[in-house]
This record gives sequence, structure tokens and C-alpha cells, in this order.
Amino acid sequence: MTAREPVFVAGAFEHPTREAPEKSTMQLHAEVARGALDDAGLTKDDVDAYFTAGMPWYEHGLTPLIMADYMGLDVAYADTTDYGGSSYVSHVGHAASAIRDGKCDVALVTLAGRPRSESHTSGASASPLRTMQDSFEVIYGASTLSKYAVAAQRHMHEFGTTSEQLAEIRVAASEHAQHNEHAMYRDPVTVEDVVSSRMIADPLHLLDCCVVSDGGGALVVVSDDVRRAIERECVEVLGHGEAVKHLDAGRTDLTYTGAADSGPRAFAEAGLGPEDVDYASIYDSFTITVLQTIEDLGFCAKGEGGSFVEGGTLQAPDGDLPFNTDGGGLCSNHPGNRGGMTKVIEAVRQLRGEANAPVQVEDAQVALAHGTGGSLGTRHGSVTALLGRDDR
Amino acid sequence: MTWEPRPLPKPTPETEEFWRAATEGKFLLSACRECGLTYHYPRALCPDCFSDDVEWREAEGTGEVYSYTVMRGVSGWPESSLPLVYAHVELDEGPRVITNVVDCDPDEVEVGMPVEVRFEETDREDVAVPVFAPRED
Repeated sequence: MTAREPVFVAGAFEHPTREAPEKSTMQLHAEVARGALDDAGLTKDDVDAYFTAGMPWYEHGLTPLIMADYMGLDVAYADTTDYGGSSYVSHVGHAASAIRDGKCDVALVTLAGRPRSESHTSGASASPLRTMQDSFEVIYGASTLSKYAVAAQRHMHEFGTTSEQLAEIRVAASEHAQHNEHAMYRDPVTVEDVVSSRMIADPLHLLDCCVVSDGGGALVVVSDDVRRAIERECVEVLGHGEAVKHLDAGRTDLTYTGAADSGPRAFAEAGLGPEDVDYASIYDSFTITVLQTIEDLGFCAKGEGGSFVEGGTLQAPDGDLPFNTDGGGLCSNHPGNRGGMTKVIEAVRQLRGEANAPVQVEDAQVALAHGTGGSLGTRHGSVTALLGRDDR
Repeated sequence: MTWEPRPLPKPTPETEEFWRAATEGKFLLSACRECGLTYHYPRALCPDCFSDDVEWREAEGTGEVYSYTVMRGVSGWPESSLPLVYAHVELDEGPRVITNVVDCDPDEVEVGMPVEVRFEETDREDVAVPVFAPRED
């Protein structure tokens, strides 16, 4: 294999808001864009590529046009890959490819959304029928909640996973969130708190579910030439892998996720394995999302995620696999109901040594950011990115 | 009582026979004459080999619960249909289908429970909705 041009994340910014009734979604996009460019030491005029996913309440597929217009961007490359919440992890990889292909040098990636202010607060609402598949799913009550709950139920049946084990994931996230001044839920919780919270969709309890929040985030991905010209500490994009998992013509297997394919692809590209990962941002729409993903990425064997997460494995700074040190989607933030962006941002913070001090992993060299967009119970996009500290 | 006001399926040229057959008490699977795959939901091209030589095959209508959840609240859903058992049922022919389990106490549903199909009428003459109920073995 020929040596590839290294590509870097030079800027990362998470909007501090969790509820923004007074701001438009477009304004949030622009604010996070400015924040990430400031972080990188770059300006809007430096941007020559723009990545964002669709926003369903705008015109389908036209989001990058609308947003480039609003922000006054003059770009040579745009991409609107939409895998739901994992889109922004995908954009990092797509930007790296475009940069290596010579299409651009400074790629801006933005996310913003206001589901809290717009009262999109229930994952249990039946959505309108749009796709052909909806006629075979939504009519039976398929919703975000029900589609993740069936995955949890089957995992418990096959492997003996317990509600208490799923709760360990929320406990770890809450221990981290207490150190994040912007987190929505900062009080640490216990396993007992989680399993005694209201049953939402058997076997998932209220505290197995992520928050609903407004906000957003942005990243700036740059070429090696740009990285050499700026002062800011960058983070190298070491590997990237994607997968689409679906119902497989009726051979549906609810016990694993697309991470079983995207993970190995990312590790192969980076020449690394799970044992090399010092910190992991793992998409946490629900606790079961984390548990299955940990298994699928190879941090433990399939079916052993329940015992793996027991005993503080996920708790920073000393657990074997410190995860979601910002509190994650479970406790801190799930802007626009799309958590992939904040997964990358916290991984960048860890590699720069800029995480909140009590949860900063000492000498973190390799971080993993994983997104799961769509649902475990029907179809989803899985995207894994491996990021490394820049030792220049 | 009919299926409504729950959302009604939207038949398409590929699927209208599935919904019509349901009004006659038949659960149709799709079968590929080229590679032999039996699959669900219906598609004009086989999702394994892309052959368009596919046919309908009537299922026995029996199977077992592969997974499920009990939804106690679904916004926009009629109270009379709650709690709702949202489930994947593995048919004896192989395919796992998304459905509801009905005519039982939701708390008694479990993975592996034997079930059989039944059909809910709708306000449309050409559409009935297959659901599953516990089966006595």
C-alpha cells in the first residue's frame, strides 16, 4: 500500500446550549461553524468544502445549498451524506478522502438541531408513512424506542444480559457528566436508580434513553499543508470505516450492529486494533446501543458486553475502556437527535488533553469515535473513526 | 372494529397483492425461482440475486416470537390499542417479520412463544393487516 497523505482535524466546537428557543437552527449552524474555525485558527474564507447532513424539515437533499447560502460559503466540494446520527463521523472520513483526492484543503462539517424547542421530545411517536418499508413497520408502532427495545430484548434472551448491566453504562456516563458544566444531567446515578426508573419500552427504562437537546457542533478537517501553516494542535484521522446494516430480506439478527463491519474496516485502515484504543466515544442513543457496539468493535466477545461493562470498565480516567467522558448522549447532549458530532468532538478533546480534568485519560494517543444512525431494530448506518494525537 | 385509526399501509404496485391476499386470510411471502430465497417484505427483484423471476408463496401463518417490546404509550396512537406489543415473529418458512402480538396479556408475551397469524380488517376493501396471536401447541 502506498503511503497516504495524512489528514487532520484542526478545529472542533460544541455549542454550549442545550435549549435554544430564541435561535434558529441556521443560526446555530453558523455559530458552531464560527466556533470550530476560531478553534483551528482559520477563517470562513479558508473553507473550500462543506459537509452537513439533511435536516428533514428543510428541503430534502438541499441542505448544503441552503446552509452555504446562509453562511456565505464559497466551496468547491459539498457532501450531504445522511446516515442519521452517525452522519458526522461519516463526514470526517469523506472529507479525508476528498482532501487526499485533491478536491479541497479545508472541510467544514456542521450539525445543528432544536428538537427540544420544537417539542420533538418523544421517541415513541409513530412517524408518518414515507418509505415502502414504513407500510410494514410503522403501522405496527415502529418508533425509535420500539426498534431499539427489540434489540435489547433479543440480546438479553440470547446472552443473559441484564437490566443492571445496561444500567452500568448510564452510571459511567453520569459519573463523567458531573464534571461537564454544560451537561443536561449532572447528578451521578446508581444502577438502582436506572432499573427503578419508569419502564418506557420493555426492557428499556427511562434512564436507558438519551436526552433530547438543542444545540450543535462543528469540525474542521484539513490537509497536511494547512496543518503545517497553523499553530493549533491537530488530531490525525488514522482510519475510517462504514457499514449499512438492515433487515437482510427477513434474516434479521437483532444481536449485533453494523459496527461489526465498520470497526474492522477502520482498524485495518489505521493498522490498529481494539487493544490500541485509549479512549472511545461510542454512540449512546440508548444503553443497548453502547453494549452491542462494544462487542461488535471487538473490545470483548459477542454476548459478553454485559459482564464487560460491570465494575467501572467504562469510567474515566482509570477504567479499561474510558468512554463518553463528556457524559455523552445519555447525560450531556444529543443535539438535533444526532449524536455523531459530539462523539468526534470529545475524542478530539481527549487527544488534545482538553477533556474535563477529572476524566482526562492520561497520555491518550489513540481515540475511537463511533456513530450509529437509524435504528438497531430495522436499519442503520455504522461509522467508525480512529483518531490519533499529532506528535509534531 | 377495524384497524383504523392506526396508520393504514399504503399499497404500491409491488405490494398491493400482499395486502389484498390478507383480506382473504392469506399471508404471502415472496419467493425467488432463480436462487430459492424466500423473503419478506415483498420486492419485485430478489434481494439476494436480483432476479425478477419471483412469485408469491402462501405461508402457513405459524411461527414464534423472535423479539418484542411492550409499548405502553405511543403518541398519536388510539388508547384502545394500548399497550401495544411490537414484535418480530419468525415464520416457520424462515423470514422474520415485524408485526404486533394481539389477543393476550402483553406481560405474558415472551421470546420463543408460538404464534399464528390472524387478520385485522380495515376500512379499505383491498387491505387487511396481518397480526399474530398466541398458538396452542
